[in-house]
Amino acid sequence: MNEKLYRRRVRTNWIGLTLSMAAMAIGLFVLLWILFVLFKNGLSALDWNMFTKSTPAPGSEGGGLANAIVGSLMIVGLATFLSTPIGILAGVYLAEYGDRSKIAQVTRFVTDIMLSAPSIVLGLFVYALIVAQTKQFSGWAGTVALSLIAVPVVLRTTENMLRLVPGSLREAAFALGAPQWKVTIMVTLRAARSGVVTGVLLAVARISGETAPLLFTALNNQFFSTDMGKPMANLPVVIFQFAMSPYDNWVRLAWGGALLITLTVLLLNIVARVYFRDKSSRR
Amino acid sequence: MTEDHAIEFKTALAIRNLNFFYGKFQGLKDVNLDIAERRVTAFIGPSGCGKSTLLRTLNRMYSLYPGQRAEGEINFYGQNILDSKQDLNLLRARIGMVFQKPTPFPMSIYENIAFGVRLYENLTKGEMDARVEWALTKTALWGEVKDKLNQSGLALSGGQQQRLCIARSVAVKPSVILLDEPTSALDPISTAKVEELVHELKADYTVAIVTHNMQQAARVSDFTAYMYLGEMVEFGKTDEIFIKPKKQETEDYITGRFG
Repeated sequence: MNEKLYRRRVRTNWIGLTLSMAAMAIGLFVLLWILFVLFKNGLSALDWNMFTKSTPAPGSEGGGLANAIVGSLMIVGLATFLSTPIGILAGVYLAEYGDRSKIAQVTRFVTDIMLSAPSIVLGLFVYALIVAQTKQFSGWAGTVALSLIAVPVVLRTTENMLRLVPGSLREAAFALGAPQWKVTIMVTLRAARSGVVTGVLLAVARISGETAPLLFTALNNQFFSTDMGKPMANLPVVIFQFAMSPYDNWVRLAWGGALLITLTVLLLNIVARVYFRDKSSRR
Repeated sequence: MTEDHAIEFKTALAIRNLNFFYGKFQGLKDVNLDIAERRVTAFIGPSGCGKSTLLRTLNRMYSLYPGQRAEGEINFYGQNILDSKQDLNLLRARIGMVFQKPTPFPMSIYENIAFGVRLYENLTKGEMDARVEWALTKTALWGEVKDKLNQSGLALSGGQQQRLCIARSVAVKPSVILLDEPTSALDPISTAKVEELVHELKADYTVAIVTHNMQQAARVSDFTAYMYLGEMVEFGKTDEIFIKPKKQETEDYITGRFG
């Protein structure tokens, strides 16, 4: 054995390990810093009032985020409800049916563009398409804008997860005489289920923090409203407006809302991970 | 292990002038072969000789992949299964297949068996229970799994998974069972169990098995086909192939001088 070569490898290994540890430390430090600042400024706003009272008028005391929380839940919920079936069906088509066909290639290309398109562009598109036509900012317009962001995320994860299912499993189902739709629903999708669910959860996490597309579409509403046809309050836009306001209670609520979104997204990610681990460890 | 060949046997699958193409590459060259009913036929030969390809033409598995095609004729009780009008799902329900690696579906042991049965039969709960028990008993798995039928098939050991896959094929009552190196991912004890099973299966089913293991071919089969570079070099009764092969190439392969 070459002693010198071995010692050089040990040294290279040490340098590589140190660099990656440093990179990890920086990333972790920034994350913890963000969480610390959020908790420091937001925790005081996180009380019962935040969930029961609507956003306060300029100059008035107190208030909460009830209208924004409900608005966000409705817009994000409906967007998830709309985009999940479209994304999963399209993902199934790409992985199981279309594969290398022309239409599948075009779909994949468009999806890639949609994935990397700035969300403000999608917002502007929906503004021109719906808001400018109906001359009305509305919760529906916000839902459509968020769906446009969620569909490619769900679609791509679904396709990738289905591609991870070994071909031998599909062949085994075909070998019993099962038609393709049964193979896909009963075997392939089932084998990829946890990955597909994770994709949906990640899409929800992604759209629940989007601000730009909602600025143009759902806008905001100072009052509690569940009318999707009218402008609708939502957390990201409220945070955006309140954080830059001169009123102390508004700024406090903005931090509280930011903390709430962060905790929700964190929770969704943890749920996605735990769900995924549970499923894979059972193998 | 081979029994009296003086007994008359019928042909289940008659392969005539079979050529197979992966795109431009020819995987099988003018293969002619009769697969005997209720006997075990083994395909042996070095890697890439076309034995798995041949097996996959028998249930038209290759039709899943564009670019793969077969020419010639495979006569299955009077019908040419290579005919483009052949219903592939019905064909595969009659000619079952078990793969190299165990492929339990991501569902319970019970559902693994019931899945295939439900495709073509409408059974009551009681009939289905009986069918599941029958298939698992036939593959000597019933005793090991009867208390955990609702557990995931993925929780079984490799050998049990493979026997579950065989049970799954048997449950739909096909007439032919194709085995593609069914023991290459298993330990010796599981292998012995599967081999025993193959021996039992031929009482009711026509079996074709691809194997890398020549001792296995000698142990389980009645007929053996030796293939090389996509051609059928020699085909005959297993005893004759292993004891006094007609061709030098076959003898070289079997005695380990080649391959």
